[in-house]
Amino acid sequence: MIDISNVSKRFQHSNAVDGLSLQITAGELTVLIGTSGSGKSTTLKMINRLIEPDSGSIRLAGEDIRQQTPEVLRRRIGYAIQSVGLFPHWTVEQNIAAVPTLLKWPAARIRNRVTELLELLHLPAETFRQRYPHQLSGGQQQRVGVARALAADPEVLLMDEPFGALDPVTRGSLQQELARIQKLSGKTIVLVTHDIDEALQLGQHIVLMDKGRIVQQGKPESFLLQPANDFVRDFVGQSDAGVRLLGLTTVASRVQPTARAEGEPIRSDCTLREALSQFVSRQVDRLPVVNEQGQHAGALLFCDLLGGKAS
Amino acid sequence: MRPLRALLARRALLLASGLLLAALLLLPHATPLFAWLFPELDRPLYVQESFGTLVLAHLGIVLASSSIAVLLGAGAGLLVSRTAWRDLRPLFETVIAISQSLPPVAVLAVAAPLIGFGEWPALIALVLYGLLPVAHGTLSGLDAIPAHLREVALGMGMTPAQTLRQVELPLAAPVILAGIRTSVVINIGTAAIASTVGAKTLGLPIIVGLSGFNTAYVIQGALLVALLAVVADQLFEWLATWLAPHTAVE
Repeated sequence: MIDISNVSKRFQHSNAVDGLSLQITAGELTVLIGTSGSGKSTTLKMINRLIEPDSGSIRLAGEDIRQQTPEVLRRRIGYAIQSVGLFPHWTVEQNIAAVPTLLKWPAARIRNRVTELLELLHLPAETFRQRYPHQLSGGQQQRVGVARALAADPEVLLMDEPFGALDPVTRGSLQQELARIQKLSGKTIVLVTHDIDEALQLGQHIVLMDKGRIVQQGKPESFLLQPANDFVRDFVGQSDAGVRLLGLTTVASRVQPTARAEGEPIRSDCTLREALSQFVSRQVDRLPVVNEQGQHAGALLFCDLLGGKAS
Repeated sequence: MRPLRALLARRALLLASGLLLAALLLLPHATPLFAWLFPELDRPLYVQESFGTLVLAHLGIVLASSSIAVLLGAGAGLLVSRTAWRDLRPLFETVIAISQSLPPVAVLAVAAPLIGFGEWPALIALVLYGLLPVAHGTLSGLDAIPAHLREVALGMGMTPAQTLRQVELPLAAPVILAGIRTSVVINIGTAAIASTVGAKTLGLPIIVGLSGFNTAYVIQGALLVALLAVVADQLFEWLATWLAPHTAVE
């Protein structure tokens, strides 16, 4: 979908991005992760030409992005940033309608699209449509920010630390929301973050960058199981690597359907990391499991946390 | 918050306009009052021109000079806030500051021999004097817009012109308006001085009064200038309540 080939960008004294090549697959959520100054944000902004590379080329859907004017290109690409960037003098509706208005959609179509998006993000349309950004909580603002980025049904969604400024609870629920929307719409999403847990939870493909180069890329598990070098090991957090690995697998894949256990059941869509926490805090070695409809689905055995019985 | 502010602004504007109107209607009949206040004066009421004519002439010269000052000040402020012209900004700010530091009387004294007496030297002095608050308001209004909003506007595909028109100017508008407000209110006061070079304004009774030791004339002129300034100020307060719905607090 996006083909970045041998791209470099130099700011005053340093190489922000240094001969970077990267393929971003259509329909996947790709996470660019790294410390500040690793070049991840610069890479993202080169995709919508907010920053022009010094050398190299970027192709979107097979076409060099320099073939179009920046404005036409950017209207095809959704863009959401950390500080949300809702226009404070516009209502929620006007904010979400920004790109469709630029694309001169008819008024009725814009109105329907706004309703649809507000509902998708669990914001009752009639309550929120006419509000101004300052009347919303941080989490609601970020939802509107995501809705605005999705408004014109863009081919690609670029997100620059979209949840960075939120409290952990709100961040968690918005991350789940994004994963749901991504699954639902099959959008190609490129997300920049410095939070390894966010990357592991959301990323289908993770690209770890340092000093403008790619250190390692691949599926989330590969970072935990086969870190390329000490930098990756440190970044992923050696001491927590095992627990994080459990966070990538759901209870459903390890549950014993015929087993039984006593106590408060856990849901089968929880991660094994949450299950581990339950084992330890309850001081038990087996937990009853219910499926997403709340029906009994067997039990999870402590010893199965290790074995890849079904995975 | 906003309805209350708008309501107060509307009332204050009506009150100020009412006072000005009352002063205009009552002054021609106030000879007994001023005769009683200043028994030593032969002619205690300024009658050479009607006060209505003077107010209109005063407003005319203020309107003309303020319009030019707003166009020049806001235009130049806008220009030097753009990337291509940013290098000129320090120079621009210096020039504006110098023009402000010249006393208006001095500008008039220099301008009158060069371009003659009447409205023209007055206009030039008032324009120079009105530039600074407008230019300052424009620059600080645009400066106060968070950089990420500009980035988002461009990032979603607005052209630079659309970004300016739809995002930057509306957000800077309250601060720009505050600059224009200061400029216009100062201008109303300063315009009175323009009568020293023969422009017809409310300064006429003041200057005639000062040179002829007629305090009653000075009071009559000053009262109307002050009321005019208050009306203008309240007009801007009322305008400001319409500009910033997003700053309202529930």
